[in-house]
Amino acid sequence: MKPDLGMIRLKQPDSIQIKGIREGLLITLGEGDWHDIFASLMEKITEKEKFFQGAKLAMDVGNRILHAADLGTLRDRLADKNIILWAILSNSPVTELTAQDLGLATRISVPKPERIIKSIESSIPGEDAIFLRKTIRSGFKVVSNGHIIIFGDVNPGGEIIAGGSVIVWGRCQGVVQAGVDGDQNATVCALDLNPTQLRIAGIIAISPKRKGKPQPEVAKIIAGQVVAETWNPKSR
Amino acid sequence: MNAKVVTISSGKGGVGKTTTSANLAVALAQENQKVVCIDGDIGLRNLDVILGLENRIVYDLVDVVEGRCRIRQAMIRDKRLPELFLIPAAQTRDKSAVSPSDMIRLCEELKDEMDWIIIDSPAGIERGFRNALAPADLVLVVTNPEVSSVRDADRIIGLVEAEEKGPAQLILNRVNPALTKRGDMLSTDDVLELLAIKLIGVIPEDESVIVASNRGQPVSFANNSKAGQAFHNTAKRMLGEEVPFMDIEANNGFINKLAKMMKFRGD
Ligand SMILES: Nc1ncnc2c1ncn2[C@@H]1O[C@H](COP(=O)(O)OP(=O)(O)OP(=O)(O)O)[C@@H](O)[C@H]1O
Ligand SMILES: [Mg+2]
Repeated sequence: MKPDLGMIRLKQPDSIQIKGIREGLLITLGEGDWHDIFASLMEKITEKEKFFQGAKLAMDVGNRILHAADLGTLRDRLADKNIILWAILSNSPVTELTAQDLGLATRISVPKPERIIKSIESSIPGEDAIFLRKTIRSGFKVVSNGHIIIFGDVNPGGEIIAGGSVIVWGRCQGVVQAGVDGDQNATVCALDLNPTQLRIAGIIAISPKRKGKPQPEVAKIIAGQVVAETWNPKSR
Repeated sequence: MNAKVVTISSGKGGVGKTTTSANLAVALAQENQKVVCIDGDIGLRNLDVILGLENRIVYDLVDVVEGRCRIRQAMIRDKRLPELFLIPAAQTRDKSAVSPSDMIRLCEELKDEMDWIIIDSPAGIERGFRNALAPADLVLVVTNPEVSSVRDADRIIGLVEAEEKGPAQLILNRVNPALTKRGDMLSTDDVLELLAIKLIGVIPEDESVIVASNRGQPVSFANNSKAGQAFHNTAKRMLGEEVPFMDIEANNGFINKLAKMMKFRGD
């Protein structure tokens, strides 16, 4: 077998590539004579008529220089098969202009520039929380469906009621309820966690009276019980 | 003159609001300040008794508010201190006879002639407290070094904040060094750690307070009692002076005792 013949055979399957894009189908045509490739394209379409039915087609014709007659015929023949040609992509300015004259798009909406993609990927959505920079004193109550963050103390007689988690950057000596709607993953953290009463998802914690120096603690549900653990930077 | 309106409150009853009001008024008047006390405890008046002015009442606060007399006529001048006045509370009426705006109007009228307007508020957080709070420029919260009193003080401090009258300042009354030392009573530090507001007075537990009140001659008149001195120091701080706190705390007591023991040995 002649090597060049093999080359041609190898090339053939690649000469017409079809892939799905957001806007429909994108057909990329390989090298070769326009009339040949046009013919084999139509053949392929006829073969898989069902697949192409009603398709919206963008076609990348590579470096080819195509004139109005070529593109017009292409569009009409595709229309016969009930396929809408809406875009022609080409590296040739002549082909691009011709396509534009025929009212075809010459660009498919490629994903927006890198910068924006990055900013979308790096900003994490997060959840709703309310933030208070004050001491919650006796007889006062903070209520939220989301999380609650207190930058201050929660004094005895003060109350925090959250649908989500509670963070107290200070001493927490009041009544705290986290996950009131049943969220078992809710946690309660405080620099000094010494609440009058603590509940997570309705489960009441019986906290032993703290001995020694206050330490940051995290309370959560473990095996159906509310457990407070000293915050440990190594085992989160 | 543009008087400063100081409201004395506590939340819990019986912690020493009226005693403090009377003594601060006397101490300020002795510093040559023009002072008027308003008894905001309508229905349960006793500031007049403690000040010894009970027998001179003709008109009261409700008479002024309801237009039966002019303010001047309801102001009882203290003969011992000509710059000290009292507007007594009505004993026969309930608190709803006066509104917060009445109190604001009344104080506005008095401001021009006075340096200080001291309002003794009733216990609780009801109407009477709201009346006393409304015209305040400064709220002094009185508490005793015990858990329930401190809890109520905390509530009052929060309400004062919520009404944008804060930050309140603290007077710790009836401090008993012996009890604090035994751990039977909260220390000043314990109280301050929780309440986290400025401390302006620490008044010791002192029998002479009760004796003086019964006589209608507040301890601040004479300078021979610890409580009297403490009230004078507090008044001076209100006037902007830097006055160190007295040695009535347990630690200092212990140090004093230690010093005495050393002396004893040396003898
Ligand atoms: N530092 C003190 N040492 C000893 N006794 C005191 C002291 N302060 C107040 N008392 C006593 O405590 C009692 C209550 O004080 P006072 O009437 O001033 O409290 P109050 O807060 O005004 O009470 P109420 O809430 O009923 O108006 C009185 O008998 C008073 O003499
Ligand atoms: Mg009183």
